[in-house]
Amino acid sequence: MSTTAKLAEPGERILVAMSGGVDSSVAAALLVERGCEVVGVTMHLAGEASRCCSLDDADDARRVAEKLGIRFYVANYTRQFRGEVMEAFADEYLAGRTPIPCVTCNRRFKFRHLLDRARALGASAVATGHYARVERDPSSGRRRLRAAIDPAKDQSYFLFDLDQAQLEKALFPVGGMRKDEVRAHARRLGLATAEKPESQEICFVPDGDYASVVEKLRPEAATRTGEIVDTRGRVLGRHRGVHRFTVGQRRGLGISATQRLFVVGLDAAANRVVVGEADDLLARKATLEGVTWVAGAPPADPIRATVRVRYRHEGAPAELRLTGESSAAVDFDQPVRAVAPGQAAVFYQGDVVLGGGWIAGSGR
Amino acid sequence: MAKRIYLDHNATTPLREEVVEACTRAFRSFGNPSSTHFEGAAARAELEGARARVASLLGADPAEIVFTSGATEANNLALHGGMSARASGHLVTSRADHPSVLEPAEWLERAGVKVTRLPVRLSGHLDPSAVVAAVESEATLVSVLWANNETGVLQPLSEIAEAVKARGALLHVDATQAIGKIPVRVDALPADLLSGSAHKLNGPKGAGFLFVRRGLDLEAWLRGGPQERRRRGGTENVVGIVGLGIACELAERELPQRARRMAQLRDRLWEGLRDKVGALRRNGSACDVLPNTLNVCFEGAAGEVLLEALDLEGVSVSAGAACHSGSTLASHVLLAMGLSPEQARASLRFSVGHGVDEAQIDQVVGLVPDLVARVREAGTL
Repeated sequence: MSTTAKLAEPGERILVAMSGGVDSSVAAALLVERGCEVVGVTMHLAGEASRCCSLDDADDARRVAEKLGIRFYVANYTRQFRGEVMEAFADEYLAGRTPIPCVTCNRRFKFRHLLDRARALGASAVATGHYARVERDPSSGRRRLRAAIDPAKDQSYFLFDLDQAQLEKALFPVGGMRKDEVRAHARRLGLATAEKPESQEICFVPDGDYASVVEKLRPEAATRTGEIVDTRGRVLGRHRGVHRFTVGQRRGLGISATQRLFVVGLDAAANRVVVGEADDLLARKATLEGVTWVAGAPPADPIRATVRVRYRHEGAPAELRLTGESSAAVDFDQPVRAVAPGQAAVFYQGDVVLGGGWIAGSGR
Repeated sequence: MAKRIYLDHNATTPLREEVVEACTRAFRSFGNPSSTHFEGAAARAELEGARARVASLLGADPAEIVFTSGATEANNLALHGGMSARASGHLVTSRADHPSVLEPAEWLERAGVKVTRLPVRLSGHLDPSAVVAAVESEATLVSVLWANNETGVLQPLSEIAEAVKARGALLHVDATQAIGKIPVRVDALPADLLSGSAHKLNGPKGAGFLFVRRGLDLEAWLRGGPQERRRRGGTENVVGIVGLGIACELAERELPQRARRMAQLRDRLWEGLRDKVGALRRNGSACDVLPNTLNVCFEGAAGEVLLEALDLEGVSVSAGAACHSGSTLASHVLLAMGLSPEQARASLRFSVGHGVDEAQIDQVVGLVPDLVARVREAGTL
């Protein structure tokens, strides 16, 4: 039994967000073993085209629920998801940023809409299959968000902007397990999802083709062609919309050059894609907005933290300064590559998440 | 599991014990009704016995009953078969109709048939004069859902029927929800085609029928054999049809008291809810309605969530329409009546039937106010 499952008491009614994957299947199973009254819910978020929360995934989740002997429902959130996540995602791309819709989905869907549903159903908490840990700090009584035991699977990055009230009602039963242990547990229980492959993509972006998703949601995106320039403003070529580019991207530029060229900046206002050499991608500074402190009140600054600037980033030591109520400046000890506006910068001390913010800009 | 309270009899009904017994017996009579030999003749006798029972309930001739797999197939047969005999046809239906009529209508429209979809009033009623006005010629087929499955609202059918027939058009009536709850008699109603299903009146799933008035030339839709006088190919579902027959026999015998009983329970539920829950309204007409159905809008409470909350407390009701993945969509019927999307999403259907008693109704009336308050407070709409 993992530590997080112990935050739930036997007999408690717990709502489990079941995506149809192995992690949330085992999350539900652990709570059943704990003696909780588990109610499984698959959130129907995107339309039929989406990979996750599709008909097949809901069926997988339903099969697991049946095996576990728990009640199971499919909750329709397609209306809210389109506006709050998908359109916001498209608008971020149009503004020259690289969004992470999963963070928004966690905060607004799994730990808001679903938490509301839990309350309505008389359930005391929402559990998910996230690889992260939530603990109660015995001295302060506050909840602490920690990275998962399995560093290769850790998803705490995607949970940074939850607040204490949300964390108090959040359970991550598999956060204390390694992936192979999770699969082994699923196999032992004979769950249909035991061997199901990992999902890495954004659920409503099939085959990673996010440009066509953006164009479907915001058809004007396809018409916004513009210039590709180098860091000194010389025009090197044309592009078919800034939403097709991400800082750090090397492929699909359509320009031949002697040296390797990367996207180093996106100027949505001028509709320009700026390219440069590998060194131009290095940033010593970043400015953040929408900064939140999941650990509680913001610590007195400046503070030292390890900052992760994208999901698969191991983290860079840095100093943080608050520059406003919800803005901050980051000074990295060493230059960091491809700090992309729109991505999250998440602050860690050890494996504890302090908080994080959205990257607004970076500098050398 | 604690004893459940099933208030979703418009979705499907529990089998009557008499039906279970008859079906169990029929399982052992395995012959093919089309076979000449002893076993075939025995199965044929079962089939014809059931046909006579269905016909008797409806006041029809047994030869006018075509067995199908259910009302969806019966509606498809009525629309496709009815339209194929009418060159350059015209189909009149309503926006509040059942998908088993609306979707074939869409298909026919793509194939070149003109389709008119009439609006309904806030009461759920069609305007009979609008139905009549929509009839263009004798090539028109009018399809009317007599009792709406979601609201229970009954259409002014005799008025519509007489006017449609006076203009020489064909009339199809989907009576699936009406049969077994109100008198449905084709000797008193000039319908040409009428659909029904066993599992809505305590019979098994997978058996239904289409009444086809004598003399009407109806082309088969499911082709592949001489069965059902060439109007429906395929070996008959003898077991299910036997169950349908018994369910019809029981309905014929019990109808007046059954309807009275349903109305008592439904009214007790409505009065209880009305007295104990604030900001609620009844959807659709309260007079021209099936005796067993109550559709209620709990303003500001998500019906989908309320349904789950009730289910967790052991009570089964229904909300809107299930989408492909199993989640709930706002009812197109309530939207067609002019409810706002918020009101449609805040609505629940309660439908009583065999096995429901006063104590259960009182239990539900005791539960609902707290659950509605909880769902409203959580703001999930």
